Amino acid sequence: MNSLFSFARLGALLIKEFIQMRRDRITFAMMLGVPLMQLVLFGYAINNDPKSLPAALVATSSDPYTRAMVSGLQTTGYYRFDYVAQSAEEAEFLMSRGDVAFVVTIPADFARRVERGDNPQILIEADATDPAVASGAISTLGTVANQALLRARGMQEAAAESAKGQLEVVVHRRYNPEGISQYNIVPGLLGVILQMTMVMMTSIALTRETERGTMENLLAMPSSPLEIMMGKVLPYLVVGAVQVVVVLAAAKLLFAIPFTGSMSLLLTAVLIFVLALVLLGYTISTIARTQMQALQLTFFFFLPSIMLSGFMFPYRGMPDWAQLFGEILPLTHFLRIIRAVMLKGAELPAVATEIGWLVVFVALFAGVALVRFRRTLD
Amino acid sequence: MNAIDVHGLVKRFGDKTVVDHVTMTVAEGEIVGFLGPNGSGKTTTIRIMCGLLTPDEGEGTVLGFDIRTDSLSIKREVGYMTQKFSFYEDLTIGENLEFVARLYRLKPVEDHVARTLEDLGLTTRRNQLAGTLSGGWKQRLALAACIMHKPKLLLLDEPTAGVDPKARREFWDEIHRLASGGLTVLVSTHYMDEAERCHRISYISYGKMLATGTVDEVVKNAGLTTFVLMGPRLDQVAEALQGRPGVDQVAPFGATLHVVGSDRKALQAALADIEKKHKGVTVAPGETSLEDVFIQFMSGSKDNMA
Repeated sequence: MNSLFSFARLGALLIKEFIQMRRDRITFAMMLGVPLMQLVLFGYAINNDPKSLPAALVATSSDPYTRAMVSGLQTTGYYRFDYVAQSAEEAEFLMSRGDVAFVVTIPADFARRVERGDNPQILIEADATDPAVASGAISTLGTVANQALLRARGMQEAAAESAKGQLEVVVHRRYNPEGISQYNIVPGLLGVILQMTMVMMTSIALTRETERGTMENLLAMPSSPLEIMMGKVLPYLVVGAVQVVVVLAAAKLLFAIPFTGSMSLLLTAVLIFVLALVLLGYTISTIARTQMQALQLTFFFFLPSIMLSGFMFPYRGMPDWAQLFGEILPLTHFLRIIRAVMLKGAELPAVATEIGWLVVFVALFAGVALVRFRRTLD
Repeated sequence: MNAIDVHGLVKRFGDKTVVDHVTMTVAEGEIVGFLGPNGSGKTTTIRIMCGLLTPDEGEGTVLGFDIRTDSLSIKREVGYMTQKFSFYEDLTIGENLEFVARLYRLKPVEDHVARTLEDLGLTTRRNQLAGTLSGGWKQRLALAACIMHKPKLLLLDEPTAGVDPKARREFWDEIHRLASGGLTVLVSTHYMDEAERCHRISYISYGKMLATGTVDEVVKNAGLTTFVLMGPRLDQVAEALQGRPGVDQVAPFGATLHVVGSDRKALQAALADIEKKHKGVTVAPGETSLEDVFIQFMSGSKDNMA
């Protein structure tokens, strides 16, 4: 019993770790400064639904219908007509230069066709090199154009009349009716920030001892693998807790993200998530021989976590194999939990499976770390 | 009971055998010097003894504990001072000692630390970062940290490398003081004068234990004959002696030339010839030193070089 675990020895390791942490000022500042900077930077910068996109108008006539169409497009907020091109070639040139994201062409016979009821057409060309940019602007088009047209013809009543007895599709954008990107980004950022600092810091924790030669001494003294692991892991739980407070406070104060769910449920999930992360970092630490290798392994893990977890790109948009890959990343499960709890007000039953996954990760990483830990220098 | 009793230790890294059937016994209270060239397996052998490495073959006990199964007990009773300073440079002297005291569960921590600091004469520098200490002080701090838990066996791996002669002298005085209190010490070193301060020495080369015993025994058992040459133009004499049958070593020592060989007759014949050819050169019998013996060992085991 005494040889396997003693609070006195764990205490010795913890005190030592905290002193080293405090003395390493730059790292210490990074642990608190980096999350805040990233939160502010990404929180304000990232927008999945860009508005006011530059567009060029190619229109040869200035009849009321054309004007109504242009103003209709403008009021969606997506189109900003910076250019009025004289010809299709000029518009083409503007788009290929990247000056405009859209070219809206309203043919000269547009008004005539409308009046004749002869299937009028307008052409909207979108720069789809970045599909995400164009999608929002395009999705609203059908309704907007038709309404603009009907308004121009003074046919609101007629339109309402004709809609009678027709199928009506009601869409509710729940939890985030205004489609604010920050609601999605900021809670996700908590996961990403924790993932980055926790895994990185703990992954260099053991390798630093090996590199500085202090590992030999530590192993020659009576400290058990469990004590060494806890001594390395617990201090970072504290750091993680501070980061959580910082990010959640900023989410509330800077971004006014609604917090509809249970705080205690969220904090429980955060605790399990952070535990999984520090143990993962520690596992990396037992594999890598140098701090450099540890950092490389961390990044090897970090990039897929951001790309495939659903933080940056829609999880459901990925092929099955990639979704399967996403499932083995702790961040994927954490993102589902935090978004569900913060935005949807989900209770424990709704997120129990995801929390269960995180617990599995904790057990798995702790097991691997303890097995991998070299009690000897062999 | 012997403090160290190991036999047939073998350790391989890849296809390289670093420790090759090493057998060693150290009695309680003894100071044993562990000698051998760089890369001869000294550090590896010491690491096996304190449970940091598991041997591929061989058995043994340290302080009565089995080196294979009871390394945790060994760790608690042994003080191991690594070759490279391996305490925390970003912790102060006091913090390092507190850390060690807590790990060994010495109570009360403060008393142990204060006493150790006082013994070291470092009480006023308690809050200085260990990384800012000079080599000699680092070594003293490391030793103090190693003996704080009152180990029964001290394993020292080249403790005086890069330390000035005065600090070395003080260090050895301390070792002898500790040994007279019943502590057993195994110390690896390159310095001949340090070997001569040990009760017994063991010489290891390329993983093989080549000689063991007191300094006199080792020198005697080596069976070497040494002559001292004096006279003019000894550099030419040295050149003429190189490679002659019977001549194993030729080394200038100040104004004299030490000539060493294992075949006494052949050596004498060679020297008689030199005396004839070089006018004014005199040959007198000399005393074989430990260093001569080690040089002989090292050249003798060249074929084993990896």
